[in-house]
Amino acid sequence: MTKRQIKFIQGNEACVEGALYAGLDFFAGYPITPSTEIAEHLSARLPRIGGKFIQMEDEIASMCAIIGASLTGHKVLTATSGPGFSLKQEALGYAVMAEIPCVIVNVQRGGPSTGVPTHVSQGDVMQARWGTHGDHSIVALTASNHQDVFAMTVEAFNIAETYRTPVVLLFDEVVGHMRERLEIPEPGEIPLVERLRTSVREGVNYHPYLAREDGRLPMSDFGGVHRFNVTGLVHDMWGFPSDNPQIVHDLLRHLVDKIENNANRMARFNTFYLEDAETVLVSYGSAARSALHIVQILKERGERIGLLELQTLWPFPAEVVREYCSRSKTTVVVEMNMGQVCQMVKTTVTHPERVFLANRIDGAFITPMDIKQILRLIKGKGV
Amino acid sequence: MAVQDYIRKRFFPHLWCAGCGHGIVLNGMIRAVEKLGMSRNEIVMVSGIGCSSRISGYMDFHTLHTIHGRALAFATGVKLSMPDLNVIVPMGDGDALSIGGNHFIHAARRNIDITAIVMNNRIYGMTGGQYSPLTGPGMMATTAPYTNIDQGFDIVQMATAAGATFVARTTTYHVQQMAELIRAAILHEGFSVVEIMSQCPTYFGRKNKQGGAVEMMQRMKTMTTPIGSTAKQANPELIERGIFVQVDKPEYCREYDRIIERAMGGA
Repeated sequence: MTKRQIKFIQGNEACVEGALYAGLDFFAGYPITPSTEIAEHLSARLPRIGGKFIQMEDEIASMCAIIGASLTGHKVLTATSGPGFSLKQEALGYAVMAEIPCVIVNVQRGGPSTGVPTHVSQGDVMQARWGTHGDHSIVALTASNHQDVFAMTVEAFNIAETYRTPVVLLFDEVVGHMRERLEIPEPGEIPLVERLRTSVREGVNYHPYLAREDGRLPMSDFGGVHRFNVTGLVHDMWGFPSDNPQIVHDLLRHLVDKIENNANRMARFNTFYLEDAETVLVSYGSAARSALHIVQILKERGERIGLLELQTLWPFPAEVVREYCSRSKTTVVVEMNMGQVCQMVKTTVTHPERVFLANRIDGAFITPMDIKQILRLIKGKGV
Repeated sequence: MAVQDYIRKRFFPHLWCAGCGHGIVLNGMIRAVEKLGMSRNEIVMVSGIGCSSRISGYMDFHTLHTIHGRALAFATGVKLSMPDLNVIVPMGDGDALSIGGNHFIHAARRNIDITAIVMNNRIYGMTGGQYSPLTGPGMMATTAPYTNIDQGFDIVQMATAAGATFVARTTTYHVQQMAELIRAAILHEGFSVVEIMSQCPTYFGRKNKQGGAVEMMQRMKTMTTPIGSTAKQANPELIERGIFVQVDKPEYCREYDRIIERAMGGA
């Protein structure tokens, strides 16, 4: 067995490594801090493997270009931060509607608008869920350390191919810019999902939007023997526009159900000391690093406290949250926003009155001591 | 192949109004492709939103009907990821030059081998006759009830300034020239633009009292002239038709292939 490659790199580079491991061969982007390193590194790495990198004229164009490239059969990525993520929303909805596999990285910074560039925030959780218009579902993954950034990036490509859907990687400035160790798995160590292509032969009718029995929709690449229409309009199994109420209803249900019905399959999370925890911290992204740190300190002092670290944010892993928070006396959601995941946890558990928020929204990173202070307040111990 | 083999008959009748110029453009495109003898599998047609953009659905190529104004951005992804494909992008004037103006400029600047067809009927038809960047001052539209004060663009000048390496103009009246210009544009390696002046009798014609489709087409006959004609010298108001720009410049995808060679060379 050869030795695994070990790197000491930024989180954004870990994302690049994960994407290339997953088979990325087309990237389109536009410069924006704190995600730019992803574009910079891919501009060097992609042509070395015959892949394509293009810096487009704006954020919208980048999102559109990757959708076009996905249709020719490539694994595609774009990367941005808050303002750019806002601009991409319409095309992101197109990818939802037309069921085009693609991955979008949002290295979050403080908003709204230009906000506090480029301090950390986790304020885009709900935008990832509801940023584009209309009823739909979305997949969003996150990570707190570089090994997981790598793994979740690979996972994002796998989910995008499996469900023919855009997947959002919701990282944050601290994870994106922090340097730490990454051990790159060997080829084959993490299974990769390749595009499911149709077995329909030339001359036989191929229906691009007719699901198989298992719900998956085999694709055919542009340039291949099957010519079909792709549109953002509601469409029938041929990909042709329709406003037939039955077709409209069935398509919207399909788009939502294919994600929500597989929420458990897509739920990725880490648990720490939850066996006997009376206090359960729920956190994700860089905030989970501080949460874990304070959990370990308090654990050493004999407190019954544990951490549930979410990696899948959307579809919301409700069953996981319910399972791990149901036995706790207190659940504390640690995040760097005004409670976007906290609200979800409250609507999920049987005792929402036992769910509290420990947050920072000032652009400063939430520290273990911040969390400790808030825990004391929650328990009525004063500051 | 017969002309009708390029059409998806299942999706007819089309949604265009009687007298609309877009069907003539559809015809011109098919005749151009037929003359080139290209396989339908080699062609990707990418369009945006609007009356004109529905043209892609009716044609039996790989067709990508996208979002408003962004067709060229999608097309750039298709082309760069698979340069062997022929990418044709039919757009309306509002789609190409208002909401999509930035993509138009930059696709031209990059000189990526895409054929852009701008069907210029000087109005937003699908939404009911609002003024576009090509309507021009003094005209009427549903959002310019007291006459339009917005200055217009000259598509040919703009495409040329932005760096397009093939720029041409014709009208729906001049169907033979249209097919020939589209054919030449597809053959051209680089970003090519063909402006096709088209008629919208339903909105532009009605709002501006230009009569029906026949009168509007006659008008296109009389208001245009071949490039460099003596008629133009006598009457500078005439709009010229023909090929304005046809130059060789490095094409984007080919240049990127050289980047790949350099990167793989282990620099």
